[in-house]
Amino acid sequence: MKNPLDSLWGTIVCGVVLTVLLYFAAAALVAHAGSV
Amino acid sequence: MLSDAILRWLHVLAGIMWIGLLYYFNFVATAATKEATAAGEAGPIAKYVTPRALLYFRWSAVVTWVFGAGLLGSITAANGMNGFLAAFSLQSNLAPIGIGAWLGTIMLFNVWGVIWRNQKKILGIVPATDEEKAKARRTAFLASRVNTMLSIPMLFFMVTGPHQSIYH
Repeated sequence: MKNPLDSLWGTIVCGVVLTVLLYFAAAALVAHAGSV
Repeated sequence: MLSDAILRWLHVLAGIMWIGLLYYFNFVATAATKEATAAGEAGPIAKYVTPRALLYFRWSAVVTWVFGAGLLGSITAANGMNGFLAAFSLQSNLAPIGIGAWLGTIMLFNVWGVIWRNQKKILGIVPATDEEKAKARRTAFLASRVNTMLSIPMLFFMVTGPHQSIYH
């Protein structure tokens, strides 16, 4: 399988996907902080 | 406070230089050097441009991190904890910017521990065989691409950290 980081678009798409995943992680952390 | 504003200003100025040079390497220099190498004209880029760009790149990374850490340390989280500790332990209202701070820290280690260490072999600052140089080129390239990828969420969390409403 080709490494997505070999292309600029692959790098950007990976960055955007990572942003979405980490956004949900951050929202969960903030919700947890608010509930304690 | 004026000192906070100055820390923020210097953090952003250095950050623009760091990420600007990272994007220069990834969006401009890699393809340009490949074409110049094929045309037998890459020598001046490697001799005059890359070392200067790398100098500002690696030191602006340090300056960005130091002023960012100072800025976090100067604030207090909603739970009363020191801002630096709360951010890096992903606690309270500083969890989102803490994710950005961790990404920036990983990127800083990548700059000094992987990219610069391999670039020294590529540029002939430390002795390396042709095989070692080829390996160093691939490693530095991938580390630089990892940093470009990480810069996307890092900047998202840096700019949205103070806007807590988007996390509720």
